[in-house]
Amino acid sequence: MTTVLLDDRGLRHDGRRVDELRPVKIEVGVLKNANGSAYIEFGKNKIIAAVYGPKEVHPKHMALPDRAVLRCRYHMSPFSTDTRKNPAPSRREIEISKVIREALEPAVLLYDYPRTAIDVFLEVLQSDGGSRCASIAASSVALADAGINMKDLVCACAAGKIADQVVLDLDDVEDKEGSGDMPLAMMPNFEQVTLFQLDGILSSQQFKQAFSFALDGCKRVYQLQKEALMKKYFGQGEPSMEESE
Amino acid sequence: MPDIRRKYVIPGELIAEGNYRPVANVLRVGEKYYSTRVGMAEVGHEGVRVIPLSGPYIPRVDDLVVGKVVDYSAFAWEVDINSCFFAFLPAQSVFGRDYSPAEDSLTSKFAVGDMLAAKIFAFDRTRDPLLGLAGPGLGRIPRGEIVKITPTKVPRLIGKRGSMIRTIEMATNCRLTIGQNGVVVINGSPDGVLMSLKAIKLVEEEAHTADLTQKVQALLGQRGATA
Repeated sequence: MTTVLLDDRGLRHDGRRVDELRPVKIEVGVLKNANGSAYIEFGKNKIIAAVYGPKEVHPKHMALPDRAVLRCRYHMSPFSTDTRKNPAPSRREIEISKVIREALEPAVLLYDYPRTAIDVFLEVLQSDGGSRCASIAASSVALADAGINMKDLVCACAAGKIADQVVLDLDDVEDKEGSGDMPLAMMPNFEQVTLFQLDGILSSQQFKQAFSFALDGCKRVYQLQKEALMKKYFGQGEPSMEESE
Repeated sequence: MPDIRRKYVIPGELIAEGNYRPVANVLRVGEKYYSTRVGMAEVGHEGVRVIPLSGPYIPRVDDLVVGKVVDYSAFAWEVDINSCFFAFLPAQSVFGRDYSPAEDSLTSKFAVGDMLAAKIFAFDRTRDPLLGLAGPGLGRIPRGEIVKITPTKVPRLIGKRGSMIRTIEMATNCRLTIGQNGVVVINGSPDGVLMSLKAIKLVEEEAHTADLTQKVQALLGQRGATA
């Protein structure tokens, strides 16, 4: 039996409309031992992001005299997929680690922390489609939680194509059965794109639509990131009117 | 001060537009000022600044810090000051200018594991912080309970002109040494130390809220003792 990706009512296999995001939940500060951390549920994705640093660089020769080195490790747990995944870093994980690092680098003010390293660890506990976007969203929240100077948060969301129709936020089934996937990450307050990938073939019309879908998805993810940070740090309190020191 | 506007911000959030001086944790792009941290933004006469609620300790010259000796060489002790940089305490600043590695032994003064109160003597982005012990109350910390708080919340624990620290000290009969790096040493009776720990924990958790001194006074069972 083949999956019906898009039915005649325009609904997807999981009942979503074409421009609908999966349910997203973000929690800040879930790990006690990390300097900053976040947990994200993006549909069926469950990912923990942990930030350690800024700290001394080891080995020392890796340190940069004028700025921090940002290091990312995206890793999928052996139990995150339906058949066991070898825990050794795969080609795919190494590549995703790299693109996540490059998506975060423009947002982190690395020149504020010379001769140090900032480590970002991403552990995928359960995977669904779009885990790189979810990882980017979680890691930028974790970086903010660690109190590292940032130009902006980075939010991310994918668009893609199934049954010749452009849709927002592909899940695992749509990613495998569909015919195009376009992850996008951006700094929403500056409207700057920090990650843009596309596999599949889109017409220029479809591309424009997919791009605008993805932008819209990113902005919705940003609102959730913002809410999560606000909830952790400010709860219900009133801004203080007292002076300190 | 009615003309200071405050709001809670996260990185990338627009704080103000116009012509201000970016004081701290603010990114200026043209006429716009964005926050770079999670914290409380203030727009006033001085300019725009964000008081952060989390973050590492970045040393500044003249800061009082509490650190732990982790290593020593022939010429200096290496001190962990709860920062991304290890600090160095040169032997000459302890033994004097006629220090000789052949005659003086560094371990006769401070051993690995000792706690120190010291001042940041020199620091910039090109080198590790240098410590100095010249000043009252600086040197080895022989006893006390050590507690770490978020370094960005230290000003709140000290309070306006030291009001918060005075409140806690008077109510608990303890002596508090607060390092700018977020390491606090408490000296006093066991009960007093426990009370101080509770008060410090309250400041840490509610640093961003108003009427913090009153909350601490209420916790310590004191009624408006200090202004």
